[in-house]
Amino acid sequence: MSLSKDEILRYSRHLIVPEVGMEGQEKLKAAKVLLVGTGGLGAPLGLYLAAAGVGRIGLVDFDVVDFTNLQRQVIHFTKDVGRPKIESAAEKMLALNPHVEIVKHEVALTSENALEIIKDYDMVVDGTDNFPTRYLVNDACVLLNKPNVYGSIFRFEGQATIFATEGGPCYRCLYPEPPPPGLVPSCAEGGVLGILPGTIGLIQATEAVKLILGIGEPLIGRLMLYDALGMRFRELKLRKNPECPMCGEHRTITQLIDYHQFCGVPQQEEAPRQETKVNEGEIEVTEVKEKLDRGDSFVLIDVREPHEYQICNIPGAKLVPLGQIGQRLDEFDKAADIVIHCKSGMRSAKACSILKAAGFEHVRNMKGGILAWSDQVDASVPKY
Amino acid sequence: MAKIMIPTPLRQFTGKQDNVTVPGATVGEVLSALTTQYPDLRKQIYTDEGKLRSFVNVYLNDEDIRYIGKDTAATKDGDTLSLVPSIAGGSR
Repeated sequence: MSLSKDEILRYSRHLIVPEVGMEGQEKLKAAKVLLVGTGGLGAPLGLYLAAAGVGRIGLVDFDVVDFTNLQRQVIHFTKDVGRPKIESAAEKMLALNPHVEIVKHEVALTSENALEIIKDYDMVVDGTDNFPTRYLVNDACVLLNKPNVYGSIFRFEGQATIFATEGGPCYRCLYPEPPPPGLVPSCAEGGVLGILPGTIGLIQATEAVKLILGIGEPLIGRLMLYDALGMRFRELKLRKNPECPMCGEHRTITQLIDYHQFCGVPQQEEAPRQETKVNEGEIEVTEVKEKLDRGDSFVLIDVREPHEYQICNIPGAKLVPLGQIGQRLDEFDKAADIVIHCKSGMRSAKACSILKAAGFEHVRNMKGGILAWSDQVDASVPKY
Repeated sequence: MAKIMIPTPLRQFTGKQDNVTVPGATVGEVLSALTTQYPDLRKQIYTDEGKLRSFVNVYLNDEDIRYIGKDTAATKDGDTLSLVPSIAGGSR
């Protein structure tokens, strides 16, 4: 794949590096990389891989840009809020480098389409945000023999490595199973320092470019841990697990499975349907408002964290973070009418279970949390 | 005696400390001392049957304990144990 005169000028700072040169730049141009997710990790990845001249970059995303993305997903701008992320990302990448080809896969990666999508690429760069897709990407990469350049983030910490290379470990060698739902919070629940995905995404971009060029020491068999607060990188050895169900000698998984079931989480499209009716043990925000207005005798407990309470709260609610509720049960009367809320209803559901198990008789979960309160009761309450 | 590095998601169970130093001559003894000191952490990293959960890996220095004798691996002063849970964040 030869370079045009314009491309030679554009890539001149690559071309004068002996380890890249014309040959390397042509390898980049011939390369086909699939980027799964155009969010926090995908944003720097997309921009830098396009700038570097990776010839064909596939994007997989079906999400829409929202305001809470802009703190870290630097490929999306304020004007893009409401647009599909894939359109926003492709536009920026092509504006940066019109010599690359962007292939848009505006779908959720599933067991049905993953092999078909991934097979046309040389490698996958995983910038997703959930366990089902992580395991799906891993398994598809192992089955297709494609390297999986992995990165993940949480608050101030990141992990990066390369899985599924010939003879190298896969994601299941490191973590045979996902955590049960709810135990490890996502970025949406746990938050993330906006700069962090930049650092981890660019480690992934570096490794992708090194793999394409065939230079340096790839991050295979090593797990890079990054702690932004301590500003420390640590490296752990990653071994191929001979017992691995996916890539071991006696593999038991030979095709893609149902990853939502495997991870114990409902499929995303099912979630809104569940929310349309009030389940037993739930109470609508409007009903809670009526109770407050009437001056009903009841206890409203907010099980979020103190820093969330500072962002917004419902007057009269007593703050007891979920992690403390088990130890503070004696603060409440078992016969009292109790309503529990959190941000969106997940943590308060857990708190309800804890109280019910402890013998509390009248406990209800405020459906949709303080986000629903903002939507339906008091629009002056900020959402976060 | 070993220093145990606590990752962010688990710090809420160790009084927000990012590392804890506890006594013990083996990985098993060190982890036992840690989870005795912080009982809430025990539920997070062990199953009800007392098995280490499969989404938390323990490293002795840079080695995965699964490949160096698990709980029986010897620890010496100055060793660092790391709890490395799987995290999935990246996009949304």
